[in-house]
Formats: sequence, C-alpha cells, structure tokens
Amino acid sequence: MSGSNTLPARGRWGDRLFQGVALGFALLVLVLLASIILMLLIKAMPAFEAFGIGFLWSAEWNPVTHQYGALIAVVGTLVSSLIAIAIAVPVSFGIALFITMLAPQWLRRPVVTAIELLAAIPSIIYGMWGLFYFAPWFADTMQPWMTTYLGAIPYIGALFQGPPIGISVMTAGIVLAIMIIPFIASVMRDVFEVVPKALTESAFAMGATTWEVAWKVVLPYTRTGVIGGVMLGLGRALGETMAVTFVIGNAHNLSLGLFEPGTTIASTLANEFNEAGGLQLSSLIALGLVLFMVTFVVLGLSKLMLLRLGAQEGKRT
Amino acid sequence: MTRYQRRKLVNAINMTASLVVTLIGLGFLAWILGILVMKGGQHVNWSVFTEITPGPGTSGGLINAIIGSLLLTLFGVLIGTPVGVMAGTYLSEFGRHSRLSSAIRFINDVLLSAPSIVIGVFVYVILVEPMGHFSGWAGAVALAIIVIPVVVRTTETMLTLVPVQMREAAAALGAPRHVVITKVVYKAAMSGMVTGVILATARIAGETAPLLFTALNNQFWTTNMNEPMANLPVVIFQYSMSPYDDWINLAWAGALLITLSVLILNISARLLLRGSRH
Repeated sequence: MSGSNTLPARGRWGDRLFQGVALGFALLVLVLLASIILMLLIKAMPAFEAFGIGFLWSAEWNPVTHQYGALIAVVGTLVSSLIAIAIAVPVSFGIALFITMLAPQWLRRPVVTAIELLAAIPSIIYGMWGLFYFAPWFADTMQPWMTTYLGAIPYIGALFQGPPIGISVMTAGIVLAIMIIPFIASVMRDVFEVVPKALTESAFAMGATTWEVAWKVVLPYTRTGVIGGVMLGLGRALGETMAVTFVIGNAHNLSLGLFEPGTTIASTLANEFNEAGGLQLSSLIALGLVLFMVTFVVLGLSKLMLLRLGAQEGKRT
Repeated sequence: MTRYQRRKLVNAINMTASLVVTLIGLGFLAWILGILVMKGGQHVNWSVFTEITPGPGTSGGLINAIIGSLLLTLFGVLIGTPVGVMAGTYLSEFGRHSRLSSAIRFINDVLLSAPSIVIGVFVYVILVEPMGHFSGWAGAVALAIIVIPVVVRTTETMLTLVPVQMREAAAALGAPRHVVITKVVYKAAMSGMVTGVILATARIAGETAPLLFTALNNQFWTTNMNEPMANLPVVIFQYSMSPYDDWINLAWAGALLITLSVLILNISARLLLRGSRH
C-alpha cells in the first residue's frame, strides 16, 4: 500500500512546484511593467519637481540655462506619427484589398511574404536608407513639387515650407509610414479574411462591383478590427527610434513647416541620454515616461477595438 | 454617363489604385534590399570578419561587433526564453480563463508594443546607474525584456492549439500534471514554440535603441559581459552618422550582415511552422 502512495505524492509535489514556478514567471510579467513605470516615475520626479506639471507644455529645451519642457518633442512625435498614419492607412487598405480580393490565388502567398519581409527589416536599416537615399531623393523631387503646388494653397500652404535638404519631420513621417504599412496591412488582411463568404457572395450576387463589396460590406463589417490595426501601427510609429533619428534632424525647433527639421521623444532620448546628467537626465526620463504612457493608452484603445470585433463575431456565428 | 458606367469606372479606378499601392510597397522593399546588397556587398570582405572596429580614418573590420552582437543576442534569448515559456504555460495550462490571466495577457501586450528605447532607459536606471558603468549584461537584460512578451504570446498560442484529448489521455494513464505538460503538451507544440523563440531572436538581432544606454559600444575586443560591449546595431548607428567614408562603408557592410541574418531567421521560422502543419 505504501508503495502505491509514494508515486502520487511525488506527483503532487511536482505539480505544486511546477504550477508555482509557472505562476511566478507569469506574475513577473506584471512586476516588470509595474517596475518600469515606478522606476521611471522615481527618476523623473526631480524634473517634475523643478518644472511642475508645466513640464508637459513648456517649449523650452535649453541645457545651458537648465530649462526643460516636453512640448517640442511631444509635438514632433505626434506630427510625424500622424503623417505616417495618414499615408499608411490608405496604402495598407489598398494592399489588403489587393491580397484578399484582387490577386489570383497563386500570387497571394508571395505578396504576403514580401510585405512581411518588409516588416522584418530592422529599423536602423530604414534609418540608413532614409538618410543616404530617400532624403536626398525626396529633397530633389517630391519636396519642390509639394512646396510649389501645396505651398500655394491659402492657410495650409505654410505647412509645406522649409529648406530643401530632405531632413525634416515630413521625411521622418514618410519613412515611418513605410515601416508601419506591413503591420497595418497584415492586420487588415487578417480581419478581411474573417468576413463570412455568404455576406460577400450575396453582395456580388446583387450585382455589386468589387469596390462596392469592399467599401460597403467588408469594411463596415470589420470596422473595429481595422481601427484596432491602425492603432497598433500608430503605437509603433510613436515609439520608433532609429528610423526617425536618422532623418528628422534632431533640432529643438517648434515651427509650422513640415519640411523643417524637428525632433521626437525617442530621437531626443537617443541623442542626448548618454551625455546628460542631473536635471537633463531626469527630464529625459520624464520624456520617456510620457512616451510610455501615450503608447499604453493607444494600445489599450486598440485592444478594446479588437475585442469588440471578437465579441461581434461571436454574436453572429 | 449612366449610373452603371459610373459604378464600373469607380471600381476600375479603385482597383487600379489598389494594384498601384501594392506595387509601390513592393518597390520600396526592392529599393531597400537592392541598396543593401549593392552597398553592403561592395564592402563585405575578409577583413570585416578578421579585424576589429577601426579609429577614424583607418581601415578595419567588425569582428568585435559581430561577436558582441552574437553574445548579447544569445544571452538575451537565454534569459528571456525560460521566463516567457513558463509564463505562457501558466496562461494556457493553469489559468486559461481566470481574471489574473486576462490581466497578464493585457500587460504582456503592453510590453510587446512598449517602445524599445524606454526599455533601454529602464535598464539604465536599474542596472547601469547602480553598477556605475555600461555593460554587456545590461544589454542582454534589455534584450531579454523584449524577448519575454514575444515568447509568452507564441507559447500560449501554441499550447492552446494542443487538443484537450491528448492531456486527458495522458492524465488517464496516471501521469501527474507537470509530466503531462512537459512530456506530452510541450512535445506536441514543440515546433511552434521553437518558431516563437526564433522570431524573438530575429526581433532583437537588429534592435539598436535598447542597447544605446546599456551595452553602449566598445572600440576594442572583449568577451567580458561586465564591460561595455561592441555590437553591430550601435556600431552601424555611430559609423553611419560619422563624416568618415571608411566608417560609413563599414556601416553598410554591417547593415547587410544584420539584415541577412534577420531575414534568414524569419524565413526559417516560417518554413519550420509550415513544415509542422503537414
């Protein structure tokens, strides 16, 4: 009898140990996030104490007089990411449309793989290519054209002014767009594929064109999922460092022109962190905290959207 | 123009636009890879693999950065994988429907898309500042923090795909739960889990931002993880921003090496996963 008891007993202890270890590492994920926020908060305190909450909207960034504010970097981050989103969303929609509805079956897999390879290229490569090839090309061709035609439009024309060097917030936005297109396109492709065949087939049977099916059936059905994917891309654009640092010019410069050099939170950190000390270091960490919080919120919203799509799907099937 | 013709026209225009943007996207991929192969190919030669990084204006290679990158990536994966696998196991096997697990899943997604530069700042604060110097270990820890959420995610997904009947069959034979998991569930999900680790490796192999404030760089040969350590991404960053042609050429060589290894890792992960499905 005793022999038959020892084995289950050993199994029980093994089970408890195994489950305990698994739980411990799962909790470590929570601890990791909590300690990132806590440590950044502690180290950012001196900056918040010195400048108050006004740190967030002060446009001063001067290591000589020790005055620091987040506004320029925050605006640069938001503007470059918005440019990226404005370009990437329609392009990604086009690519997802091509893959799911237009391309012949044999072509789908190669195109999907190619777009996913674009996502795998390290961001520093985008940065180098941006600096040595894209920025000069952009300065020679696209920028003069945009300044001439878009710059002449009243009110918004001021956005398209700046020196013709190709190092600017606009260039950063375009390079970011190319980086996030694969992410947004593959989320769109995934959600387009969950649309029930019965829905699209009946629209086709009613005589709808491919475009009408895409625009009036597929997109409304997958709306929340598409928005979730866009938010995911936005999160990546906000936090991207290397691709931006190479082409944005890293100037603490608040101006209306999108062709002026600027800076983002991530590129300010990359450039100044290692040489900083004291209040500047603390201000930089505060910037990092702001960035983390912004991406946190964006991701939270995107998760919410994707969850709602999942719930909707559950109801219909 | 009739209504019918207008609808046909709108359709034709939009479908053409869809084709055109896809071609543009592929065009950018071709442009970037083409430049890399051309510029990098010109400057990858034997001395890249035999000499260490040079000072300004002299020639040299990248061997210390290549070895540094290999070490940092290796230790990043070695530290991050066990944590990720165990946490993923918990989510799939022990707390699949619990509230705690949904919280952990959400937090894991936050970590997954956390800006990598912020992780660099965090590791600077917890390791570099207390130790008083940059080090390879700090770099490896920063990379491990990036590996963990990727591995948690793929491990959980792959374990969830294993049919419940396999667990029940093993349990019915009298196997304790940890034996069921390690001997049956892991075995069934092995190729998927390995794929996750390979993808995580590919992700950190090209990461630059988290290394800037942790491993930093080192102009000399070292395999001591307690010292600042040279690595390809940071060398590429510093050299390509420099005014010296020799440095910029080396940066292109390094860029080609890094992209090739990342793409090879990605493609092998894909092949592994496809092979396991048949």
